[in-house]
Amino acid sequence: MYVAVKGGERAIDAAHAWLACERRGDPGVSELSVAQIREQLTLAVNRVMTEGALYDPDLAALAIKQARGDLIEAIFLLRAYRTTLPRFGSSVPLDTEAMEVTRRVSATFKDLPGGQVLGPTFDYTHRLLDFTLMAEGELPTAPTAPIRDEKVPHVMALLDRDGLIEAAPQGGQPIDMTRTPMEYPADRALRLQAIGRGDEGFLLGLAYSTQRGYGRTHAFVGELRIGAVTVEMEVPELGFAIEIGEIEVSECETVNQFKGSKTEPPQFTRGYGLVFGQNERKALSVSLVDRALRWEELGEDFAGAPAQDEEFVLSHCDNVQATGFLEHIKLPHYVDFQAELELIRRLRRNAHQEAAE
Amino acid sequence: MTSVNERRAVMGLLSRARPDRLAELLPALPEATELRAPQVGTVMVQGRIGGTGAAFNMGEMTVTRCVLQVGSFAGHAHVQGRDKAHARRAAVVDALWQADPGSVAGLLATLQAEEAARRQARAAKAAATRVEFFTLVRGEDA
Repeated sequence: MYVAVKGGERAIDAAHAWLACERRGDPGVSELSVAQIREQLTLAVNRVMTEGALYDPDLAALAIKQARGDLIEAIFLLRAYRTTLPRFGSSVPLDTEAMEVTRRVSATFKDLPGGQVLGPTFDYTHRLLDFTLMAEGELPTAPTAPIRDEKVPHVMALLDRDGLIEAAPQGGQPIDMTRTPMEYPADRALRLQAIGRGDEGFLLGLAYSTQRGYGRTHAFVGELRIGAVTVEMEVPELGFAIEIGEIEVSECETVNQFKGSKTEPPQFTRGYGLVFGQNERKALSVSLVDRALRWEELGEDFAGAPAQDEEFVLSHCDNVQATGFLEHIKLPHYVDFQAELELIRRLRRNAHQEAAE
Repeated sequence: MTSVNERRAVMGLLSRARPDRLAELLPALPEATELRAPQVGTVMVQGRIGGTGAAFNMGEMTVTRCVLQVGSFAGHAHVQGRDKAHARRAAVVDALWQADPGSVAGLLATLQAEEAARRQARAAKAAATRVEFFTLVRGEDA
């Protein structure tokens, strides 16, 4: 029964025109440029790139502007744009050991090669509103110090040397969830792709739940590093790999308590997270959830915790999917509802008749 | 003859160059035949589990590729982002370099120096935030 489905067109056009005005805001206030968003709202840009699963700071900044700052809407825009582009291939896996670090901290070792580098962090700030930012301030400057030409090895390599931590798993070409429908159980590589682009808030909540005891894994931050890495790709027609750019990434590796099992000797285990941009809350959350999802391969008990339930985590962490399904219930369901209305009227009529008999 | 490693270094430098800076340094392009017109696409960036383990897919990045013929040399480019002029310039420089490395040496040296300066500036700021731990001497140990 398709009745009254026409007639919204004029209203929709008017709504979109008004949306454009609201996006612009008070014309007396100067317009925000995409470059300003890219340079000054960088952490929002990073989140949109990570969850949009497309590294392009200009496009992410444009999406944020278009979405009026609604980051999930911006992520949706970026994902939609991505589907219009051809895929040239896959990169050579990143060498994060060669990262030019702007931040690198370890909560497990105080003294380590390469040192503890704080970088541009909110940690240790007092979380007091800075009213000087309301005025047009002077250009801030950062102090510099002589550069030490020192390697910055992964902290895990130090533990690995003594056999105190499980080795990183080896494997072949990973399945790509954007090309192959999800199937469960998913292997660890597929899980890392899915939660890496999952909603930051959802993963933060899950990671926090493991710390509070729902699938507890006793995580220490073995290492958190942020910085620039070059991306290389094999180009078949050239016959060799070339560098195709440089991206910023956040990498987190946790060290977790583990007593050993029937199949594994007592040793530490690891959780891992690697995401685009400076985005350490996300990298931490991913590594905690990654570790919680590994209960089965490590012979741990399933405590029934949400963070241990692979299908629950992977099928609900994507905010574009989630918001699409959630928000579709706003759209006309007139015919569906009409059927429900008729059903409940009939049931009530029957109930009345039975009561009368 | 020029070695593959040298060419790799040149192509990498061109892919990471700022498009507007490359345009400033190379305003006019020589005549070139398009063997593959500039095309915007993506490359799936892979990481490794635990930094050293099995590969996994992180997400894509935008890349523009292009192949141009200058004289008898085919210049290739894969550059980060969606700037077709950037890809065209990078491909031209790759072709010119294959014909005669000296012809673009000045341009490449400038890009190299500017990239090194950007990296140095970043590393120097990071170095200033490196923690220098010291242990306080306790009363009973003094």
